[in-house]
Amino acid sequence: MSTGRDPGLQPERTRLAWRRTLLAVTVVTVLAVRLASTGDPTGALIAGGAVLVWGALLVLCWPRGTGTGPARTGGRTLPLVTAGTVVLALLGVLLVLRGLW
Amino acid sequence: MWEVIRRWFDPAELGSVGETPDYRFSLANERTFLAWLRTGLALVGGGLAAAQFLPPLPMSHLREVIAVALLLLGAAVAIRAVDHWARTERAIRLGQELPASRFPAILALAVGVGALLLVVAVLMRAIGGR
Repeated sequence: MSTGRDPGLQPERTRLAWRRTLLAVTVVTVLAVRLASTGDPTGALIAGGAVLVWGALLVLCWPRGTGTGPARTGGRTLPLVTAGTVVLALLGVLLVLRGLW
Repeated sequence: MWEVIRRWFDPAELGSVGETPDYRFSLANERTFLAWLRTGLALVGGGLAAAQFLPPLPMSHLREVIAVALLLLGAAVAIRAVDHWARTERAIRLGQELPASRFPAILALAVGVGALLLVVAVLMRAIGGR
């Protein structure tokens, strides 16, 4: 089952997956800020919230995407990154509903 | 429900069951989680894009309904991703069968039905909007 080469690739693939995830988070944040930018205080507040969530996810994901050697697995980072994604989705719902009033 | 959420945030509890597996299995499980999370992020991004780039649609507020549906679906996919990751990790540590899930089939059906509804909306606009 085990070969000499595979163990080195698994951590690398996992790091790349974290980087892709951070990239996706960044795209979502940019879209949220663009949707929020209508020049009113509510929009600015929601945009600020989205940027804060992005910063938190950056701090969480960055260490998992860099470095060499064995990768860390699991831990609280996974549920926290999920929570950040859910908050971004809920901020998006607020933005869409705000457009109806 | 709170007990389940508490468990997600308690890695020590998860690490206490069964035996520590070959780390490659844990890494593969983590990558599966990340792939699902990106699926959720793509749905959230799609909802945000629908809200700002779709032209007005024939039915009132249809654009907003599509956007909110995609955003909530994205959040649901993200939550399900971490739950499935935790249950899979537990199963791997205990040497049990991996948890079965209907979620991929349900998500595929939801996306398929949603796409069909949008085809109908586009056709209605093409026929009625002349």
